[in-house]
Amino acid sequence: MPWDVLAKTLFILIVGVAMFAPLVTWVERKQSAVMQDRIGANRADLFGIRLLGLLHPAADVLKLITKEDLVPEGANRVMHLIAPLIAAVAAIVSFAVIPYGAEYRFGESVINLVAADIDWGLLYIFAVGSIAAYGTVIAGWASNNNWSLLGSLRASAQMISYEVTMGLSVVGIFMVFGTLRLTDMAFAQDASFRLLGFLESFGWWDPLPAWLGWIRLPLWGVFLQPLGFVMFLAAIMAENKRPPFDIPEGESEIVAGYHTEYSGMRFGLFFMAEFIEVVVIAGLLTTIFLGGWSIPWLSQATIIGGITPVFGSGFANLVCMAAHVLTFLVKVVVMIWLQMALRWTLPRFRYDQVMDLCWKILLPLSLANVFVTGTILLLIRGLG
Amino acid sequence: MSFDAALFYLFGALATGSALAMVLNVRNTVAAAMSLVITMVSLGGIYVLLQAHLVAVIQIMVYGGAIVVLFIFVVMLLNLRSDAFPPGRLRALKLLGSAAGIWALARFLGALGPNLPETRPLPEGFGGYRHMGRALFTDYVLPFEMTSLLLLAAIVGAVILAKRRIGP
Repeated sequence: MPWDVLAKTLFILIVGVAMFAPLVTWVERKQSAVMQDRIGANRADLFGIRLLGLLHPAADVLKLITKEDLVPEGANRVMHLIAPLIAAVAAIVSFAVIPYGAEYRFGESVINLVAADIDWGLLYIFAVGSIAAYGTVIAGWASNNNWSLLGSLRASAQMISYEVTMGLSVVGIFMVFGTLRLTDMAFAQDASFRLLGFLESFGWWDPLPAWLGWIRLPLWGVFLQPLGFVMFLAAIMAENKRPPFDIPEGESEIVAGYHTEYSGMRFGLFFMAEFIEVVVIAGLLTTIFLGGWSIPWLSQATIIGGITPVFGSGFANLVCMAAHVLTFLVKVVVMIWLQMALRWTLPRFRYDQVMDLCWKILLPLSLANVFVTGTILLLIRGLG
Repeated sequence: MSFDAALFYLFGALATGSALAMVLNVRNTVAAAMSLVITMVSLGGIYVLLQAHLVAVIQIMVYGGAIVVLFIFVVMLLNLRSDAFPPGRLRALKLLGSAAGIWALARFLGALGPNLPETRPLPEGFGGYRHMGRALFTDYVLPFEMTSLLLLAAIVGAVILAKRRIGP
């Protein structure tokens, strides 16, 4: 069925790339303004209508498209032209495996809201991320500029290092959910668990009051793997090279790093890739750690089971689909807010600090996390 | 021609073409490395067509991504110029390399014979991470652990070599 894949791809392109990414640039300006007690961007207007500065993304695009597209003298022309494409394409194709809804039944046909439901979805994200590094690395090398080259050197070292920790920090999640398929992970999180239920499996339940059994949490990755969440957030933000991990750009040290020699829309592509990646990261964090499309304490079966007797199965599925997509988008917005808040709270780390964080803190911690998770899983599920 | 076959020929042509480009681009080291990336990614595509999904992803992640980024890192760090390779040595290398390539191709074709081997249906879940993981930790656990020991030795060796230069 190629038509539904096409429709889903269009949905992703419109919502993720064309709607969210420009909005994120606006959020970046406005949230920083709020956090720094300023008013923020509000000058762009159309017939006197300013819309809280919401027109600024459109003004940016117009400006970048009409600017001269320079290739510096002595630069490697082909590589200089290709590099921003690698960065932007890699950012966009990451959306393919992120599910923004569950499976819904309409009569005979089943619709699952993910463009590519592949068995190794998370590995696909890592593979695409490792190719995305070339956009940055090649950009700096091809520019024939020492600042750019320094930025590229920093970027290549940083991105390789954080790829390792990014992979290892979610191994605990693989173990808990027993899958790498992102749709399966989201389905597994569409449930809740008793907070103190583990005491029962050790036989320590009896002395506790019965009402404690009523405390239920959604079965989300962030509750099962809190350390994994923090480490994955740090690693994937470092992969995106945004502050506080923006040493490849480092304006105070190396001008603008790898994109010093880029202008016009080609710089715009780097800029866009960064903001699209913010959305991808938010979607990924939501899917792995915040239950994806699932509504807390209200599973898909409950919703559909509750509406079907009154309005019929088709309508129930439609309502459930709308609610799930909306929930997913709300969670994505919260995760974007979190990234922005972190970005405007922390100052840029020094280069050695970034490397130390990766190899001396995150790597040992993620290995310890795998070990502890394995031990606990063995204790709960037994050796059988 | 089926869609799979078309993809196979596409990836095959990309892999061989970019491999050639890598060899011919030997003076422009970063361009050569980028050609190598295209070869690696195309090989990953061929592995997907062979149902070896995990191998394909590892191919792109480790070879296409990390290892060649390290190559480029070193190339940029050394800042190699095109005059870094004297032409005389290159000619000898080219001759040796061509001879080795032809020898390997002859051996491969000789082993394959005129007829392609019979195909068998794949077992369920072949090439996925579950299948591979189970095989690695049961049937092949000894080679697997030996490899990790080898890698550990390499890491320790690299650290010792790097530390010695700085001195106490």
